[in-house]
Amino acid sequence: MRINCPNCGTRDRREFYYQGDALALDRPAPDAGPLVWDDYLHNRKNPAGETRDLWFHEAGCGAWLVVERNTLTHAIHSATLAETAIR
Amino acid sequence: MVNLLAVPPGAGILPRSAGGVALTEVVVDIALSVMPFAGQHDAVAAALRDQIGVGLPLANRWVGRGEARVQWFGHGTWLVTGAVALEGLAAVTDQSDAWGVVRVAGAGVEDVLARLVPMDLRLARFDVGAAARTMLGHMSVAVARVDTQAFDVMVMRSMAATLVHDLDGAMRGVAARGSNF
Amino acid sequence: MRLRDPANTVSFTFDGQRLGGVAGEPVAAALLANGIKLVARSFKYHRPRGIMSAGSEEQNALVTIGRGAQTEPNVRATTLEVSDGLEVFSQNAWPSLKHDLMAVNDLISPFLGAGFYYKTFMWPRAFWEKVYEPIIRRAAGLGGLSGLRNEDRYEKAFAFCDVLVIGAGPAGVMAALTAGRAGADVILADEDTAMGGRLLREVEQIDGRPAVDWVADALGELQAMENVRLMTRTTVTGAYDQGTFGALERVAGPRAPDKPLECFWRIVAQRSILCAGALERPIAFPNNDRPGIMMASAVRAYVNRWGVAPGKSVTVFANNDDAHRTARDLVAAGVKVAAVIDSREEVAIAGDYPIFVGGQVTATKGRYALETITVSHAGGVREIRTDCLAMSGGWNPTVHLTCHMNGRPAWREDIASFVPTPDSIPGMVTAGACNGSFSTAACLAEGAAVAVQVARGLGRQAEAAVPVADDSAYVITPLWAVPGKGRKWIDFQNDVHVKDIKLAAQENFRSVEHMKRYTTQGMAPDQGKSSNVVALAVLADATGRGIPQTGTTTFRPPYVPVSIAAMGAGSQGKGFAPERLTTSHQVSVARGAPMIEAGLWYRPSYFPLPGETTWRQSCDREVGFVRNAVGVCDVSTLGKIDIQGPDAAALLDFVYANMFSTLRVGRVRYGLMLREDGHVLDDGTTARLAEGHFVMTTTTAAAGLVMRHLAFVLQALRPDLDARVMSVTEQWAQFAVAGPRARELLNSILDQEIGNDTWPFMACGAVSVAGVQGRLFRVSFSGEHAYEIAVPARRGESLFRMLVTQAEMLGGGPYGMEALNVLRIEKGFITHAEIHGRTTAFDIGMDRMVSLKKDCIGQAASRRPGLRDDSRAQLVGLRPLDAAEALTAGAHLFAKDAKAVRVNDLGYVTSVCYSPTLQTYLGMAFLRGGPARLGEVIRVVDHLRGIDAVAEVCDPVFLDPEGGRARG
Repeated sequence: MRINCPNCGTRDRREFYYQGDALALDRPAPDAGPLVWDDYLHNRKNPAGETRDLWFHEAGCGAWLVVERNTLTHAIHSATLAETAIR
Repeated sequence: MVNLLAVPPGAGILPRSAGGVALTEVVVDIALSVMPFAGQHDAVAAALRDQIGVGLPLANRWVGRGEARVQWFGHGTWLVTGAVALEGLAAVTDQSDAWGVVRVAGAGVEDVLARLVPMDLRLARFDVGAAARTMLGHMSVAVARVDTQAFDVMVMRSMAATLVHDLDGAMRGVAARGSNF
Repeated sequence: MRLRDPANTVSFTFDGQRLGGVAGEPVAAALLANGIKLVARSFKYHRPRGIMSAGSEEQNALVTIGRGAQTEPNVRATTLEVSDGLEVFSQNAWPSLKHDLMAVNDLISPFLGAGFYYKTFMWPRAFWEKVYEPIIRRAAGLGGLSGLRNEDRYEKAFAFCDVLVIGAGPAGVMAALTAGRAGADVILADEDTAMGGRLLREVEQIDGRPAVDWVADALGELQAMENVRLMTRTTVTGAYDQGTFGALERVAGPRAPDKPLECFWRIVAQRSILCAGALERPIAFPNNDRPGIMMASAVRAYVNRWGVAPGKSVTVFANNDDAHRTARDLVAAGVKVAAVIDSREEVAIAGDYPIFVGGQVTATKGRYALETITVSHAGGVREIRTDCLAMSGGWNPTVHLTCHMNGRPAWREDIASFVPTPDSIPGMVTAGACNGSFSTAACLAEGAAVAVQVARGLGRQAEAAVPVADDSAYVITPLWAVPGKGRKWIDFQNDVHVKDIKLAAQENFRSVEHMKRYTTQGMAPDQGKSSNVVALAVLADATGRGIPQTGTTTFRPPYVPVSIAAMGAGSQGKGFAPERLTTSHQVSVARGAPMIEAGLWYRPSYFPLPGETTWRQSCDREVGFVRNAVGVCDVSTLGKIDIQGPDAAALLDFVYANMFSTLRVGRVRYGLMLREDGHVLDDGTTARLAEGHFVMTTTTAAAGLVMRHLAFVLQALRPDLDARVMSVTEQWAQFAVAGPRARELLNSILDQEIGNDTWPFMACGAVSVAGVQGRLFRVSFSGEHAYEIAVPARRGESLFRMLVTQAEMLGGGPYGMEALNVLRIEKGFITHAEIHGRTTAFDIGMDRMVSLKKDCIGQAASRRPGLRDDSRAQLVGLRPLDAAEALTAGAHLFAKDAKAVRVNDLGYVTSVCYSPTLQTYLGMAFLRGGPARLGEVIRVVDHLRGIDAVAEVCDPVFLDPEGGRARG
């Protein structure tokens, strides 16, 4: 598996740390209430297909990335800097 | 008068060689990490040009003039070999003692690194002036090509012995193969 | 028998017998040249077996090479190269290959069919591991391991290219030539010792001259191209995501010190062209496994390429045109052809030998080597004397790699085979025989055509220049299994025959995947390369379905067996994980300190002195250093993160539960870091060096985790904050100097004296040691008057020596991890034994540290009622009623009179030590409703270590609760 880091170019999966759903970017307000926080912290879809998740180029440039990929075909559509991600 | 001796990270383990490839320690005098603050990239580049003659290279590149070198070192980060003052423009930390730097050079150096580094380091794809953050074995490293047959590999100081161990094994394997590639 | 005199011969041995061979030829060729037919015993029934193929698909001729630690079992004699002095041994036979006692299995074979194990070894259950498994393992098997440590060198490597061409037969060579001429960066990989594939094994013409000459010229041209890399002896074993391939190289040439035996390559290719060719499949007829019965193409390969005749009088049995080349080539080589049997009814064939059209081989004889075959045909039944039978049931395109990412091959009726489904692997195209195009002309044309397409896709100009070659059609009428009595082997390597598959169908294992598991068909090291299609054809017949409806099992990587040693190359011993060594490492080792791992770091456990016989003696003494004089400890392994910028304080307020923007410059504060789910992530102290400049310390264990976390916060959650973080862990060598005489020690080395007024508790700042600029932090992890002093790492070793010397002069010395642990437990300080990922600030008694004046990571979740419930297990101290009674970390807590069972569980012990200061064992524990139970006596039980003690619940700060010692 290879991910196209916007800084470094396409690199082997071993350089990256996998975090989880890119939902983590949408941090609720402190007073959003327990239900909203539960969804943010714990509730995840587990789609067979398109996903958008967070990877850290830990053994590379140290950038957090939003990676759009497909869990069925293993295709990777895009990898963008989390810093500039639309949220 | 007491004196604190300076011990370089490669003390006692370098130099060494096998086949046509040699490992030598590059002793770092001064190295600073430079991370420009928001909106200060150009100002930092200008200040560096003023002070040491080279600015901030693009990602995956290094530039140098004389002893001074500026190497892209990661997301929004450069490593400057040379004394600079960037007060208010960038976060600067002293990294002079944080890295073991090994020069890997000689005929077959690409074959040696191909045993350890999971990226394409062939001259056509990684020329003199190229720099990367990647892995060597299980370690996070910075690699720069400093000549057609020479690379500088930087690893965290504490892992210098492992870096030499891994490179040494790859070098001996490549040398023992002879022309069997 | 050799057909021509070899140029130079070497000698090797087979089961101790000295034989001549040609260096580099397959051991199988050399054995055949020496007239050796019996090479192996089969897996299950110990049937005598010979050589079947001339490639990596070999099912029968598995051998062991080498001795002692260099023993390598299950090597295919068909790919193993002859070298001088090579020692080859047969395997799975005792006492000898010819007289194998386990051949008794073959006599009782009617009881040992498919599913035998499942039905027989059912009960008693106690016999599974102790009786049945050892018996089965001894009776059935392949080669054995030496049991010795493998000292051989293996290697891993990475390679990159635009175009990976897999297989160097006519299609592959043509594809590589075409792509190479277009200037693409090409790797051509082939598992053989020489490139050319079929063209080296057949008598054919290309452009009017021998095909082998064309191959030589083509390879010469490829070798001269700088943009082409040729990898022989390299089997591409798997296709993975985003153009990554695994490939196993058998490194050429003799063994030598440091030289790897094999290299496991990861090849990354933008595009790939699969030219893997095809494998000939056997026909299932009675006793078709005798030594001397081979694939028709293998017979040609031995005759044409290696000049070895596998028999003196050869017969051919086939269902297709291709196999007739075998008879033709044998005649041309001067080998007698006893007969040709073609199962097809209406076929016009000519030859100067007996021909049986519409015939079938219905029986064979010869225990250790084929002697006769019986042919049934329209004219009756004939017995023919023959010592070699060349069989061909047709060809299976080598589609395997196209199936490695879930691709399913498609059935093609005209060639009675499966072919790849296009686009099964992104970026891969297929050409030649693996695509079902069998003629040389078609292979060359397809190879060129797909390479043009691939090169153009890469933005290059490319032209196809295809030479003229043989274009004969491939005509086949399927014949899978010959009717009649006797065992008709399908999977030779796993001893599966037609009846086993019919039995599976009969017992309702009708799915091809179920049949595979029930019969073990296709589960041997060759993974059914040659046998699978025959097996599923038999299954299709038995279940009354068609072959396409029956489908194939899933082909998974690796295509050929890959030794674990190759995959794990470089990761044994010191290669397993990097070793992180502190600057004081050599000094500690020289003082005899046993080093223990802390993550990747190595830290001293304790520093033994002469006369000390146990670690406890050393540890107790070192604790005394700190409590009574001064101790020195390397704490460089703790993470140090430099934080700068206009919003540095805001970042700290956001990542720490407590407030940092209020910290004065020149002061240090303890910080508690939460995860967003409200549990504790890490803790440590952070110093403010300047208004917009902090240095954070993390625990050793969590240094990387915290760095990643801070990067996440800055890049993903709060890109609005103008702050930068950088690890400076490696820059600074940092040492704790702790004890009542700590300041006295420091003042003996610092360039400027310090006092309690200039450096009060939790002060920090710059200092100078022998002219070297350093940092000094007045922090304590022992509860004593203590400091941490940091200098640039190159000066670390020297400073450590100096500190230790000074400490010893003051009645102290170095202390290790054991003493450090005792010192912190006596003070109730937590480590990751307590903040292990499931504890909250509330649980460790730090709920009030979670500031409500600001938002921070974990604040919202930490307010959830369930995480602050009084009934939660909370941190307490434990003191055994009998001071000499050891407690253990991991022990569980129960009410004093309760039974020590799970339902009564009240909590668990996290840390224990013997406190030389308080002369008692101490423990830290999480106890339900802990703080309300101070003074209670509870039961501490460790079932694993046989501990059952009673202890008093107390405050976790056992020593100096007012903290006067640290401030003094």
